[in-house]
Amino acid sequence: MYEFGFTRPTSVADAVAAMGEEDAQALGGGQTLIPTLKQRLAMPVTLVSLSGIAEMQGIQSGDGQLVIGGATRHADVAAGAGAYPALAALAGGIGDPAVRNRGTIGGSLANNDPAACYPAAALASGATIVTNLREIGADEYFQGMFTTALEDGEIITAVRFPLPEAANYQKFLQPASRFAMVGVFVAKFADGVRVAVTGASEEGVFRWGEAEAALSANFTADAISGLSVPADGMIGDIHGSKSYRAHLVGVMTKRAVEAAA
Amino acid sequence: MPKDIDAKERGIGAATKRREDVRFLTGTGNYTDDINVNGQAYVFFLRSDMAHGRITSLDTAAAAEMPGVLRIFTGKDFEGVGGLPCGWQVTDRFGEVMQEPAHPVLAQGKVRHVGDPIAAVVAETLEQARDAAEAIELDIEELPAVIDMKAALEDGAPKVHDDLTSNLCYDWGFVEENKEAVTKAFEEAAHVTTLELVNNRLIANPMEPRVAVGDFNRATGDSTLYTTSQNPHVIRLLMGAFVLGIPEHKLRVVAPDVGGGFGTKIFHYAEEAFCTFAAKALNRAVKWTASRSEAFMSDAHGRDHVTKIELALDADNNFTALRTDTYANMGAYLSTFAPSVPTWLHGTLMAGNYKTPLIYVNVKAVFTNTVPVDAYRGAGRPEATFQLERVIDKAALELGVDPIALRRQNFITEFPYATPVAVEYDTGDYVATMDKLEEVADLAGFAARRAESEKAGKLRGLGVNCYIEACGIAPSQLVGQLGARAGLYESATVRVNATGGIVVMTGSHSHGQGHETSFPQVISEMIGIPEDMIEIEHGDTANTPMGMGTYGSRSLAVGGSAMVKATEKIIAKAKKIAAHLMEASDADVELKDGQFSIAGTDKSVAWGDVTLAAYVPHNYPLEEIEPGLEETAFYDPSNFTYPSGAYACEVEVDPETGKVSIERFAAADDFGNIVNPMIVDGQVHGGIGQGIGQALLEGCVYDEDGQLLSASFMDYAMPRADDVPFYQVDHSCQTPCTHNPLGVKGCGEAGAIGSPPAVVNAVVNALRSAGKDVTHIDMPLSPARVWAAMQG
Repeated sequence: MYEFGFTRPTSVADAVAAMGEEDAQALGGGQTLIPTLKQRLAMPVTLVSLSGIAEMQGIQSGDGQLVIGGATRHADVAAGAGAYPALAALAGGIGDPAVRNRGTIGGSLANNDPAACYPAAALASGATIVTNLREIGADEYFQGMFTTALEDGEIITAVRFPLPEAANYQKFLQPASRFAMVGVFVAKFADGVRVAVTGASEEGVFRWGEAEAALSANFTADAISGLSVPADGMIGDIHGSKSYRAHLVGVMTKRAVEAAA
Repeated sequence: MPKDIDAKERGIGAATKRREDVRFLTGTGNYTDDINVNGQAYVFFLRSDMAHGRITSLDTAAAAEMPGVLRIFTGKDFEGVGGLPCGWQVTDRFGEVMQEPAHPVLAQGKVRHVGDPIAAVVAETLEQARDAAEAIELDIEELPAVIDMKAALEDGAPKVHDDLTSNLCYDWGFVEENKEAVTKAFEEAAHVTTLELVNNRLIANPMEPRVAVGDFNRATGDSTLYTTSQNPHVIRLLMGAFVLGIPEHKLRVVAPDVGGGFGTKIFHYAEEAFCTFAAKALNRAVKWTASRSEAFMSDAHGRDHVTKIELALDADNNFTALRTDTYANMGAYLSTFAPSVPTWLHGTLMAGNYKTPLIYVNVKAVFTNTVPVDAYRGAGRPEATFQLERVIDKAALELGVDPIALRRQNFITEFPYATPVAVEYDTGDYVATMDKLEEVADLAGFAARRAESEKAGKLRGLGVNCYIEACGIAPSQLVGQLGARAGLYESATVRVNATGGIVVMTGSHSHGQGHETSFPQVISEMIGIPEDMIEIEHGDTANTPMGMGTYGSRSLAVGGSAMVKATEKIIAKAKKIAAHLMEASDADVELKDGQFSIAGTDKSVAWGDVTLAAYVPHNYPLEEIEPGLEETAFYDPSNFTYPSGAYACEVEVDPETGKVSIERFAAADDFGNIVNPMIVDGQVHGGIGQGIGQALLEGCVYDEDGQLLSASFMDYAMPRADDVPFYQVDHSCQTPCTHNPLGVKGCGEAGAIGSPPAVVNAVVNALRSAGKDVTHIDMPLSPARVWAAMQG
């Protein structure tokens, strides 16, 4: 690591002020950032820890939605998001216990790793990303691998999930990292079905519109049996070709529908 | 666990719990990184990020002025110092010795693989050393890299070493005199099965990365190296004599607790020589601890063979000849024992468990711009076993016969058996191990289990194979003829203290094998005293006799035998003392349960009375024997040992994703006599785990420019607990080794040797059960590869 300063504000306002300093970097659970620092791949002047802000912690449900504080850890979502079982299950399957007891939902969504799990849930749920400045719909929020609508210094304070009638997340593990090689989150709402895919695309998390249309008309695995995503644009690497990932998108979507239905 | 586990409370055959685990499991081990020498400085190595290039400028002046920097070393500092030596010289099929390039401690002029060390910054702290390394001004002219072995041998290919004639290290034929007869046998064969396969490149990844701490005592002129090694005496000899010019009596090498070796900690590495050299140059201890990223690009890798194997059979399905054509990757330099792995540890095993009369093995060893490749658990024998046991399965498919029956038909059944590849198996019973396997694996129940899997939408497959290995490495005279530049005996000093306790100083080294538990069991059995009266010391050249260390499943067979020989001397002398005390003839003295007695009388003296007399010789036959009770023995075996066995793997394949799940794994091994059955189980479990890792998960991959794509655990898949099943392990088939005093054969590598073909055989079997015309898939059998194979 290079040397850096460290501050742990106790309010969003203080955190925003600290983020206004030159080369300040927000620190959620640090599950990506700390290894990056250890490899000397980043050189922030100050780390602004978001772990001491009470108003960014915790889970509340009511009015058909679930609101999760931006600094809430995966383990807490796994244990406390009973109102949204598919989301709780997703959180309980991220990484390993050490990761789940440090990593946060806000950190994951801000980083937007193309193989992370939470982006699939947020996008498929049509979640709202709440920041210190504004509210951003998931469809506008995710803008490609490691790219989001967040401005410099903007902090995710909460994420608001509308509760679907049925939902499920299926993850096919990359053998080494055990990140999602392909992860598909299917959420069925009264006004239609949303399908979001993580891990597979060079553009990061994406919605599979063709499957959504078919499933909105008929929420069964059979409804999408003839559908496939194009291999072009999928990630191809030492763990699997583009066409393999495209194939897995179909398989995981079917399994998610079967599990949700 | 087999029933014999609790059969005995102490001594040979008892399942004594591992005493070393108390410190390993409670965080009180003493690993090399736990060693901190007063005033130590830290080194950071600037390593090449290019696979191949010419250093056009290297300016350390500005970096040397950075805070905390003591000195920056480059290749220039090592111009007068020997390079890292290779311990084995192979002679090729034309009678010429192999091409042997220099292996500098720090790069001289060129870099030859990603990770090749260029400069070493020594500073007060590691972070200061890293800061300074970033300030070094370095220009490298990138040269085209050679990665693919066959491309490396083409005319005009870029040369890894400019001063060699080509990238060919050697072209080895074995047995060269058999070549024509083998060719003729193939012409006359009723059936020939051919298989081309890859034995995937692996990175050992012991839990503990490599560490070196060099120290120098200005007052005495003595150097000390603390290092993560499987063989400290070998490091002392190689580094002292060939690299730094320090005689053994001025150099101490200590390998304390070592957190896993698996072969990759056998070798002498540049970082060890550097820390020892720099400590003297700076008069400061110098410490290096590898990061995991450094381990990936500087630990010797394993395997990496590309092979075409052909099996000839007669009309009755008898094997008549075997021919192989292998390319073996050496990497950019010759690691310590690299040339021996694809030759003498591989070609000599190609007979396997079968009476194939004619065998010819060709191996072309190739230099590439990759990390050096050397021994990894099994070393050559897994490569031999994999290709042989795969081609037999393929032959069974082509001939429409049962693969187990085809193996049984061709088993060697008479021992001793001289193979056509220059070794003589002393004992074995391959029919018995296969019978035992069929029982413990419940092969009769496979069809029902397959039906259950199919109901669940899964494809179930069964894979069976045999293996043989040459362990207990090795007879010195034989390996000397084969090109080894070292002897391969082992040593032990048995020191009996006045009050009867014993310390054994062994040249073997334990880095997970449990010697501190199993070695005392042997002495306990011989003398009849409790195991906790016996301690094992190892790993420090200052207090152990010259020994060759631990690898090749040799510790008990060779090191244990040396300990037995030394203990026999102790007992002989103790009997003389006891005879004196009892006023009898030593020929009449018996030793049982720690008591010396005279048969037919009520005279007896206890072990402790005799040991006390040895050190307080008031009433003692000083005119006949010396006081004290301490003996040393060196043991050099007359042959290898030949453990063997049969393994069975059952897999389920998800037909939609290609994901393989190992449902059952059974092993029936013949290790000869067993000292601690629990430790043997553990060794087999670990070996199978690594074999499953190779078969399903692990793959070291370079891109065409020589960048290491699998450079971290994000991309290099190690087996985890949920990747492996509970194993059925049996070692009740025991044909004792005939030439060592314990009758033991060695068990450390068997699991890693025997398991990969079982897994691949099982997956091919599963896919064929669904009508897929698949005959082979290269390892690792990742979901993507299995799915691709199913698509045809």
